[in-house]
Order: sequence, then C-alpha cells, then structure tokens
Amino acid sequence: MDNSADGYIVDDQDKGLFRVNRRAFTDPECLADERRRVFDKCWIYVGHDSEVQHAGDYRSRNVAGRPMILVRGDDNVVRVLLNTCTHRGSLVCRQKSGNAKTFQCPYHAWTFNSRGQLVGVPGEDSYSDAFKRDEMGLAAPPQVDSYRGFIFACFDAATDSLYDYLAGAREYLDLVADQSELGMKIVAGQQSYSARANWKLLVENSYDGYHGLPTHQRYFSFLSDIGVDMKGRDVATPSYQKAVDLGNGHAVVEYQSAWGRPIAHWVAPFGEHRKSHFEEVRRRFDERFGPERSRRICETSRNLGIFPNLVINDIMAITVRTFYPVSPDYMEVNAWALAPADESAEDSALRLDNFLTFLGPGGFATPDDVEMLESCQRGFANREVGWSDISRGMKRENPSITDELQMRAFWRRWNQLMTEPRVKRARKAA
Amino acid sequence: MSTELPSRQEVEDLLYKEAALLDEWRLEEWAGLLTEDAVYEVPPTDAPEGDSRNTLFIIADDAVRIRSRVKQLLGKAAWSENPRSRTRRLITNVRVVGAEEDRILVTANFAVYRMRYESVDTYIGHYDYKLVRFGETLKIRERRAILDNEALRPHGKISFIL
Repeated sequence: MDNSADGYIVDDQDKGLFRVNRRAFTDPECLADERRRVFDKCWIYVGHDSEVQHAGDYRSRNVAGRPMILVRGDDNVVRVLLNTCTHRGSLVCRQKSGNAKTFQCPYHAWTFNSRGQLVGVPGEDSYSDAFKRDEMGLAAPPQVDSYRGFIFACFDAATDSLYDYLAGAREYLDLVADQSELGMKIVAGQQSYSARANWKLLVENSYDGYHGLPTHQRYFSFLSDIGVDMKGRDVATPSYQKAVDLGNGHAVVEYQSAWGRPIAHWVAPFGEHRKSHFEEVRRRFDERFGPERSRRICETSRNLGIFPNLVINDIMAITVRTFYPVSPDYMEVNAWALAPADESAEDSALRLDNFLTFLGPGGFATPDDVEMLESCQRGFANREVGWSDISRGMKRENPSITDELQMRAFWRRWNQLMTEPRVKRARKAA
Repeated sequence: MSTELPSRQEVEDLLYKEAALLDEWRLEEWAGLLTEDAVYEVPPTDAPEGDSRNTLFIIADDAVRIRSRVKQLLGKAAWSENPRSRTRRLITNVRVVGAEEDRILVTANFAVYRMRYESVDTYIGHYDYKLVRFGETLKIRERRAILDNEALRPHGKISFIL
C-alpha cells in the first residue's frame, strides 16, 4: 500500500482498499480542525425531550465542549441556552438539574427567565440608552431542533435542517421511537465515564460486528451459562443481517441477535411467567405495524451511529451514548438508557437488568471495549505504522455486519468535512 | 426478635478480610464471604441513592451475575482485567449502624486505588453493607459501593470488583 500519501484516508474502490491515517487519532492539530469543521458544523445531540417534562425543568449539560442548559420554558417550548451570563461570563445555572422559574447569575445577580430572556438587572438605571435589555438574553445555538424527541443543536446556521441532515437515520430512529405509543423516556441515572482514546475509535467500535466474538467472548459465555439458546444466533453468522450507509456519515448494522430484547423478544432467562406477556406485546406490534416492521422492532438489534458523535444502540436494551474529545487521546462519554414511557415497573426492572449484563462501565462488555480502544491508542505511538485498515468487505456486494462498510461511511463524510475548502461549502445531498 | 449487633471489631475483621481477598485476586474465597442470594451494586454517580429497579446503575449484580463475574475475571477473556489491575483498598470509618430484621447494617468509607499501565485511578466513596449472621460467621447479603467521584473520569470503567 502507499504509505506515502499524506491525506487522512486512502479510499481505493478499484482495489478494495480503505486506509485511515493514524494521525487522525493522535494529532492535536487534527483535533483543533475537528472542533471547527465537524463539531461546529454538524447537528450535535443535546438530550431527550423526556428529560425536561414540565415547564421550568432543566438540565445543565456539556455539549460539544460548551456548558449548556436544556430547559422547558414557562411557554412549554424546549430550548437550548448557552450557559454563560451575557454580562461578564459566569455560569448562570450551576446545578445539574432541577426546576426553576429563573436563572440568576450569582456574580452580579442578573436574572434570566426560563425562556432565556433577561428580566432583572440590579441598578439598571446606570446603563445608557444604548443598553437594550431585550438584546441581552441568554444566547442560543443558531439552530436547535428535535426529531421524535431527540434534541440536537447546530452551531452553523448554514447547515441543512435536522430532518435533511438525519437522512436515512430517520428510519432507524423511528424504529426506536415507535416502541411506545406514549413516547420514549430517558431512565434516571447517567453513566458518566471516559476512555483514554480518540473519540473516533468509539464511533468505530459502537457498530463493529467483527470484534463481537473475540472481544466479548466472556459475554457470550455468560449468555450460554444462564440458558440463552445460542443456536442459529451466532453473532458471526446471524440468520438476518445488513449494514447500511444512511448518508451524511450515518450508518447502521441490523441483525438477528442471540440475546433477549425487553421490548418483545423473549429468552429463557426472562422466565416462563413472562412468556405470555411478551407474546401479547408482540401481537400488538404486529397489529400496529404489520409482521415485517413488527419483527424488526421486536427481534432485531440495531447499532446506529449518527454522525459525528451519537450512538443509539437498540440491542439487549437501548442505550443513547454521546462522547466528546478532551484531547486526541482522551474522551468523555455519557450514556443513558431509553425505554417506553409507559413501561411497567416490572418490565423496566427487567430492561435495566438486561442493559447491565452487557452495557456500561461495569457491564460484562463495555469495559472490554474501553480496554480495546485504549489499547489501540497506545499502539498508535508506533508512528512507523502510519495507517489503519478498514477495507473489510469492500468488494462484497452485500457487506455483512462483520465487515466495515459502516466505518467507511463515517470516515468518508469525516474526511470530506476535514478537507473541503473552508469557504462556504456546497450542500451535498445524502 | 431483635438482632444482636456484632462488635465493630468483628465487622472490621470481615471487611478487612474482604479487602485483602479482593486485592489479592482470591475471588473464589471472596465469593465465599457472600450469602447464596447476595447482591452487589454500584449506583450511578448522579443518583447515589437510586434503586436499581428504576434507575440505570453502573453495576447491579444478583448472585448469578456475581458468580459469573468472578468466573469471568478469573478466566482469560476479561480483557479489561487481563493483564490484571493491581488494587489497594483502604477501608475506614467502619460503623455498625443498626439492623433491619436479621440484617445488620454497616457502613464504611473506602479509597480504592487501581494501578494499571502505569496509571493510578482512585475510587472514593462508602460502602453500605447488609450482613447476616450464620452461627459464628457474618456473611455479606448486600454490598453497595457508593462513589463520591462525580464521574468515572479518567477511570473509564469498573472492571474489577469495587
């Protein structure tokens, strides 16, 4: 292969070779570029509608490196506000979450209402006529929008609408959002962790079917030990599977999985007493959506990557995971569980139990994923080996989930954003 | 019938033994300190008082998962602990705080240092234990490790038994 190329990727579709320059994982200048060209241009996940259910509910949250407030105003409109006083900069919201009519800056007591408007300035008569209170409300990202409860912000007013941006990913968000007629909710409890690795390694890992068996052997042994029938549901050769480039850098793998799915796919460890309940739920999905869509919702698992840094994996439970680089070799990760808003207490307990078997920083799988990402990052110190290979399945007509089509979809979009001229970029259809 | 509370020294002996077995990776012996129906939980850092039935925890193991966790950690395929971490647990401020039926409530502070690949990560918090007496021995029915850390950063994971 040509190691002399100095770009970020080698994408040779004739030969079927795809390589990523490891500089993309290690170079501080690359990260500085990513902040401007990727994170300041793309739609970035902020939170879920269910996290601010009532007027005045708020969550303070770091999004793309910025402290923000996700708040439902007294007018019932959900807003994303930049958490910095327009006076001299202090955070105006210093609690993690709560319910408030106003946010008062602790420094000089400027007061903002739940819509972000400036409603109180001590000693306002000391300002000239040029000082306009209505121009001094809390700032907001140029674009904020939501799709089926998932709230995003974008720092570039010229970026396509969220609807267009999500492109083919909408279908897969629908398969999650359709799991309840009363909407989905984020469950209490945030998994806040990290990895000493570049953030894009977690993108790759989150829908990497190839690593399943070697990295997570202990998880599959556990499933087998507790009585899950693994026959015909081997992760390496599932009976149904596909990997899809969803446009705009989004991608998904969808497959028949061995593990039980609390929504409506029963396995023996869930207990005989639950079997009829699961059949009843399945019957209702069949009625609502017809057998094919119902089968996808109930039985298949999906690892969905929404460019650049949102993962929604609907597997043995649903996790919503987002991450952001602090430095080229360190990222912060936040993850939540998503569940039907009307799920019974018993079903919810089963869902969370199933979640923890695999997922999260204390599960039987995620710690090993973090280990592998950190292991890659340490390996990158060998600068003599300049490129990683992501060619798997490139010449195959229908790449499988153990191929690397999904990663190539990410990298092509990433490379486009990182290398296109900075002047007003042409809009490109998905 | 009221449960007679054990002395602090008897409880300390149990907790210090537990800490030594975990630090020495004698996990089968450690599991022997637990009842057959034991529970091991680590709540999320933003909901330390949460209930694992309705809150997403970091760890909420029933007895089956505790035994599986031990088996996995002693096997070769738990990559996050192969090679193994070194750990050192400092257990202090041990208090016997009361009883619920036959369960003896104990709390203790911990600082657990995890050394791996020349990094040192510190897990700070307290344990809430529920112990049960079987004749001369106290056994652990519940152990909940409640972190004071606001996030697992830069730790990234709880791959050993906290």
